[in-house]
Amino acid sequence: MLRRGRLALKTATWVACLAPLAVLLWRAAAQDLSANPISFVTNWLGDWTFRLLLASLAMTPLRIAFNISWPLALRRLLGLFACFYAALHLGVWLVLDHFFDWSEMATDIAKRPYITIGMTAFVLMTPLAATSTRGAIRKMGGRNWQRLHRLAYAIGVCAALHFFWLAKKANPQPYYYAAVLALLLSVRGGDWIRRRLARVRAMAAPALH
Amino acid sequence: MLVKREAEWKSSDITPENLFLGRRAFMAGAAALLLIPTDSRADNPPADQALRATPNPAYKLDDPSTPLKDVTTYNNFYEFGVNKDDPARLAHTLRPRPWTVHVDGLAHKPRTFDIDDIVKMTPLEERVYSLRCVEAWSMVIPWIGFPLATLLKRVEPMGQAKYVEFTTLVDPEQFPGQKKSVFSFSSLEWPYTEGLRLDEALHPLTLLAVGLYGRVLPNQNGAPIRVVVPWKYGFKSAKSIVRIRLTDTEPKTTWNKQAPQEYGFFSNVNPTVDHPRWSQATERRIGEFRRRKTLMFNGYADQVGSLYAGMDLKKFY
Repeated sequence: MLRRGRLALKTATWVACLAPLAVLLWRAAAQDLSANPISFVTNWLGDWTFRLLLASLAMTPLRIAFNISWPLALRRLLGLFACFYAALHLGVWLVLDHFFDWSEMATDIAKRPYITIGMTAFVLMTPLAATSTRGAIRKMGGRNWQRLHRLAYAIGVCAALHFFWLAKKANPQPYYYAAVLALLLSVRGGDWIRRRLARVRAMAAPALH
Repeated sequence: MLVKREAEWKSSDITPENLFLGRRAFMAGAAALLLIPTDSRADNPPADQALRATPNPAYKLDDPSTPLKDVTTYNNFYEFGVNKDDPARLAHTLRPRPWTVHVDGLAHKPRTFDIDDIVKMTPLEERVYSLRCVEAWSMVIPWIGFPLATLLKRVEPMGQAKYVEFTTLVDPEQFPGQKKSVFSFSSLEWPYTEGLRLDEALHPLTLLAVGLYGRVLPNQNGAPIRVVVPWKYGFKSAKSIVRIRLTDTEPKTTWNKQAPQEYGFFSNVNPTVDHPRWSQATERRIGEFRRRKTLMFNGYADQVGSLYAGMDLKKFY
């Protein structure tokens, strides 16, 4: 891709990813965070974590489905922003919600499945964020790096369960997010099967002669 | 169960004369009220929404009341939608007049009441209660209403009556959250029904509310009439009631049908019995920064504890 196009694409992604934070700060300044601001901010950051996570997981399926390569250039950036929002989400829970009540939080992490799985997702995100530099890719080798970064699927599943287990049963939203995740994973799954079959066929083909 | 009826009213509790004057005089009185500075947390209601009531000193709290704006913009009322701001946003779709409430079932004198007759049935009182949501937040609300027992006694419950069932209006035109669509697969079952044991329903704390903060009950808070059961989680206090039925069997309740292991029939506020997925030990009072400890029966243990003497509250959650 042209260098200028790539730059424009990345700039647009930066702006788009920072916009939810800007809107949140704007609303905070305008005192427009509902009657329960801490809950509002937590949910806002959690929603955007999940959306950006899904966006990063959508890049490869876009390439597969439409045979275009430019989405891959955004995959790491989107993933990093997802991790950024996850850290803010966790930080609000830690500082504003429980105000460093460590024993209560420890109990919650152990006892509440939705918090356990949310923490798991965040812990799994950290090695991915830490190895997101070009240097890290070179050092690890492309193959190992890819293998490690398949954790993103597991993180997606953790995020979906986190949302299901914390929402009240009549709330349809967790289903929507899970449906998008399932769609994205099935595109990849379908592609994996297609490639496997192609390889088997390629190996079997000479025997037919 | 028989509840001893005492002289509950002092002469000072009687509604001021101006409530019984004609509408014009009432409006003038309400307009005069606008000139008197009242609780700065509440705006003065428009004259046609003002509702006078005598504060009942037996039911007040030391904590300040939650600002009216928060009470009317942060609501769980799934008939309007699942989000907290849906009820305030869509409140105009509900028409609280004309309105009737059927009070029937195991009663000697079942009756259909017009809402305007209910409001005039007995002197209205203001009671400040705390409301604890099952989602671990709480508010302090100055309700206007009268004990549910007053209404129930009018229909003379039969001896076999053991429970009371409340039914909320079903009308997708007035309650957009009740509209069926491909996206409503996870929605609650309508009508919303709730229930109390008869002794709970007759308890003096159990209030039929027709107003709050000196005004007619706003639509998003369950207009025109709702029950308020302050020692139970908020969802037990059914809103926009069209039917109150006396029965001898435990009524099926909406949230219990949705998730029986999470929402029991009793659903008393209890910091020692957690929701299966989250803790009920603490709560965030709307407007406060730090969480506060949740109190047994939401702070009403002295009044209602005896109703559950000998019961295992972990089993009957």
